[in-house]
Amino acid sequence: MNTIILQIASRYTLPLLLLFSVFILLRGHYLPGGGFVGGLVASIALVLHAFANGIKKTRELVKIHPGFLMPVGLSTSLLSGLFPMILGKPFLTGMWYPHSVPVIGSLGTALFFDIGVYLVVVGATLTIIFSIIEAP
Amino acid sequence: MNSNLIILPIIIPLITAVLQMFLWFRIREQRWIGLVGHSVSLVFALLMLSHVKDGSILTMQAGNWPAPYGIVFVVDAFSALMVLLTSISGIAVGIYSSIAIKSDRAAFGFFPLLQFLLMGLYGSFIAGDIFNLYVWFEVIIIASFVLITLGGEKAQLAGAMKYVTLNLLASVIFLTGIAVLYGVMGTLNLADLAQKIALSDQQHLINTIAVLFLVAFGIKSAVFPMYFWLPDAYHTPPAAISAIFGGLLTKVGVYAFIRIFSLLFINDTFIQDLLVILAVCTMIVGALGAINARNIRIIFSYLIISHIGYMISGLGVFTVAALAGTLFYLIHDIIVKTNVFLISGLLQKIRGSYHIDKMGGLYNSYPILSLLIALAFLSLVGTPPLSGFWPKVLLVKGAYQAGQYWVVGGILTASFLTLWAIVRIWSKAFWTPASDPDKLPGDIFRRLPFLRRAGLISPIVGLLGISLFLGFAWKPIADFCWMIATQLKDPSLYIQTVLQ
Amino acid sequence: MEILIAICIGLLYAAGIFLILRRSLVRLILGLILLGNGANLLIFLLGRITKGKPPIIPDSAQTIADVYADPIPQALILTAIVISFGLQAFAIILVKRAYREVNTDDLDQMNTHEQ
Repeated sequence: MNTIILQIASRYTLPLLLLFSVFILLRGHYLPGGGFVGGLVASIALVLHAFANGIKKTRELVKIHPGFLMPVGLSTSLLSGLFPMILGKPFLTGMWYPHSVPVIGSLGTALFFDIGVYLVVVGATLTIIFSIIEAP
Repeated sequence: MNSNLIILPIIIPLITAVLQMFLWFRIREQRWIGLVGHSVSLVFALLMLSHVKDGSILTMQAGNWPAPYGIVFVVDAFSALMVLLTSISGIAVGIYSSIAIKSDRAAFGFFPLLQFLLMGLYGSFIAGDIFNLYVWFEVIIIASFVLITLGGEKAQLAGAMKYVTLNLLASVIFLTGIAVLYGVMGTLNLADLAQKIALSDQQHLINTIAVLFLVAFGIKSAVFPMYFWLPDAYHTPPAAISAIFGGLLTKVGVYAFIRIFSLLFINDTFIQDLLVILAVCTMIVGALGAINARNIRIIFSYLIISHIGYMISGLGVFTVAALAGTLFYLIHDIIVKTNVFLISGLLQKIRGSYHIDKMGGLYNSYPILSLLIALAFLSLVGTPPLSGFWPKVLLVKGAYQAGQYWVVGGILTASFLTLWAIVRIWSKAFWTPASDPDKLPGDIFRRLPFLRRAGLISPIVGLLGISLFLGFAWKPIADFCWMIATQLKDPSLYIQTVLQ
Repeated sequence: MEILIAICIGLLYAAGIFLILRRSLVRLILGLILLGNGANLLIFLLGRITKGKPPIIPDSAQTIADVYADPIPQALILTAIVISFGLQAFAIILVKRAYREVNTDDLDQMNTHEQ
């Protein structure tokens, strides 16, 4: 789609949507949101960019292969689940840093789990959609 | 007792798969990491079985949320046994596939997917929560969808299409059952459900839910009217993949049948009769399909269906003897079915085809190997004293004592038909000389270097050794199955341990 | 409200089953998607539709005084949506691959007969 309106719009919406996706990721603990939805928003941002400017430009923008995000995200989630096991608690027990951190709010294993989910969702969605777009 | 040990069967394949994904383009390293992962899983499966072999039950509350509110993982002797069998089958397929899977398939992530598949299998065996079971089923089917289409030949796609469609349908039906169950009972924890269903007076609603589950698990395990997808799907992918499918995927359905129905739904004669009728039909129809087919993998696929019938029949009869027979048959079947599919891959490497008319003369070319294969075939048939014989004795005895003569007749007929199918493979592919020896395609197997040949044969010999062991050491194994069957028949300890 | 959702579920199931009985691959996928949505709505309905707050106990209290919504059906639906998202994406890719391979959308022509 070579419309200049969409191209210009995507240039402004991309950073905005990515920021919004991080916001959704962080607010997800007590309020609606979280890693999955945030990841979807982030991938929608990139897919919109791909529609406007062509898939090649988006690949250049992302730089790394989106599939690589999947093992990174999986290992982040896995480590956040394994961490309580080292301290003798059951797998996936939520553990919290006692003091509140500015911007993020409360910091704990669940947040890292969500970050992992975010990365996996971005990686998987982009891999799927890019391969559908690129398939002849 | 809260033990992190029982979550390890899920974590180890996950770690292995993540490592393999980091090394996406380095197939060689993926193979080695995979083998290490399979071995570590096997060690922990043995460790887990040693903890619960006396009949005790381990539980683990994920995230430290107490049952029935949180997600609970439960390992009793039955689960531990299934985990062990899966890891044995997994290591055999792992060794075989690290040689037989070509780099072009491996480049699409065969090895991580195999680990994800095994993770899903382990997860569904230790899930103590019906929705968790659903989630692990989905993990299995996502991994298996990709595995079955890997390579993407035309026949493979057609088979995969049926497999994908019916499995998606089965998941929807399973989900519908879960929805109704949650609406009626307000809980999803298996132990809690067992307690509440026993006290419930809405038997008609519970039977409706039971039938929804029966259809869902029936599609997954290829029970009588819902088996058509299996022979079409299982004969198309590479041998290593169809070995893990044939050995394990339908057995997860059987596991779910045994676990869910023995715990929740079995106290009703309607469900019991339904299971018995379906089981007898499954045995006979599967065996009839097997004697009609000419492709060796289609024959084995139909035999899977037929033998699923044996296991379901033991559940339908629901006496301790019949259940013990079912469990023993499950052990035997996972080992032997994995093995025969690996063997079919080996034969394809030797003769270039899966078609029994195009093989011929195998006994002349490879006499020792042929005798080994004959042993595997005979234990599939159930010749005494090999491993297929004892579970059938238990099943027939249990069914006879319970007065279910149809089951007795069905088992005997289906065994006879299985023998017929196997004898036909043997006489066509092994004894009949090749019709046109000059026209045989090249023997890929003979040209392989020694180490690779050993790598292809060693899992087959190993599984054969296990199945011989099962045959000769039948007494302790039958006792073990008897113990598990007693636990399944009276799940009060399970309920108590989970809910304490 | 319950009646309305119940009718909706019935329609979704009926339409889904109708579509998967067609021979076209695309309709098959659409039918499966509708069935999945029907099942999700069914969980939602059978988990009791209540207008309430999320069941989070404030620091100052021991129990929840207000009416609260059951969080489990929502968790179940979210999980089911995530799973069906992955499965359907895969199924669509598969259909596309199959279409390229056999050049037809008709399920009957995809059959390979081998004994």
